[in-house]
Amino acid sequence: MRSARFCKVLLMSIVGQDTSSLEAVDLGFEAGPREYISLLKPRVMSLVVLTALAGMLCAPHSIHPVIGFASLAAISVGAGAAGALNMWWDADIDMLMARTRLRAIPSGRVSPDEALSFGLILSFFAVLTLAAAANLLAAGLLAFTIFFYAVIYTMWLKRSTPQNIVIGGAAGALPPVVGYAAASGSVTLDSLLLFAIIFMWTPPHFWALALVKSRDYERAGVPMMPNVKGPSRTRLEILLYTLVLAPLGVAPWFTGMGGGLYAAAAIVGGAGMIVLAGRVYRIREGSAANKAAMQLFGYSIVYLFLLMALLVAEHGLGLIDRWGL
Amino acid sequence: MAENPITAGLTAAQLRNRRRRNVAIGLSIAFLAALFYAITIVKLGPNALQAVP
Repeated sequence: MRSARFCKVLLMSIVGQDTSSLEAVDLGFEAGPREYISLLKPRVMSLVVLTALAGMLCAPHSIHPVIGFASLAAISVGAGAAGALNMWWDADIDMLMARTRLRAIPSGRVSPDEALSFGLILSFFAVLTLAAAANLLAAGLLAFTIFFYAVIYTMWLKRSTPQNIVIGGAAGALPPVVGYAAASGSVTLDSLLLFAIIFMWTPPHFWALALVKSRDYERAGVPMMPNVKGPSRTRLEILLYTLVLAPLGVAPWFTGMGGGLYAAAAIVGGAGMIVLAGRVYRIREGSAANKAAMQLFGYSIVYLFLLMALLVAEHGLGLIDRWGL
Repeated sequence: MAENPITAGLTAAQLRNRRRRNVAIGLSIAFLAALFYAITIVKLGPNALQAVP
């Protein structure tokens, strides 16, 4: 506990952040496995598994099932480890927000020291496993992803700029690039296209939630776009990002990475994103505004999940080769 | 009988959680060992058993 706090105070001092709220974090001890699994952010992990699998299957080289499984396990555990490090660092602000107050560390069920050790050990083994199973490029990219999320986003950007989730979104967009590299040993335009789709998807997705939870973020001192630039600017940026995202989502069809089924889903799904982002832009007052924002938030998850699942299905089940789909 | 110094002061729930956590760590290590074994076999490939000419 003491070493974790010292480490955090030191790092926060280096990046010029206020350390006074750290004293509020409680001690935790003897948590069960379930508490540790919750530190890995399982819902985020499931999306990481899907996007990494999409990247892996879109690579031109086929991958041995055992190597593919080991790589996927390493990538998902690496993502979970980054989540644990994020929760360790953010415990002080998590306890100020209703959405995160019950997480394992702020509620005192896991101590910060344990969470830090857990995140670091899992990060090490995840990168090591990927290096052994796949290649050094994929392992290096995974290590960079964990570093980018835990250090660049969590420790630096999140509390210092309203562009936090825009730049930090790169960490969430990297898993398909890691998966692609694990299968092919390279980074290509195709894998960067998957990166770009998730990168452009992140701002409308998170800002839709931030519009509704802006008071929470304000209380915790997190400079999200609605708190710093205001809801109007946020609504405009959500719409602009969505207008770029929708055609970008169709791009894999043009490069041959996605088949006909993917193209149809990307066109219809992208149109849905634009319609919902348009509603968020137009409806600005009362509960209807919150409802529109939450609809976009929920739909954006389905949209990305659908695009990645279709890439997995088309490549994994051979739909493109068999029926031209 | 003297109290075990390692478990002294822990409640039944805490001891149960500790046991569950130890089982989970054991299973994770066993899984990792099996995974590395499988990776090694796949990397060696079918030529590994052939004699060197």
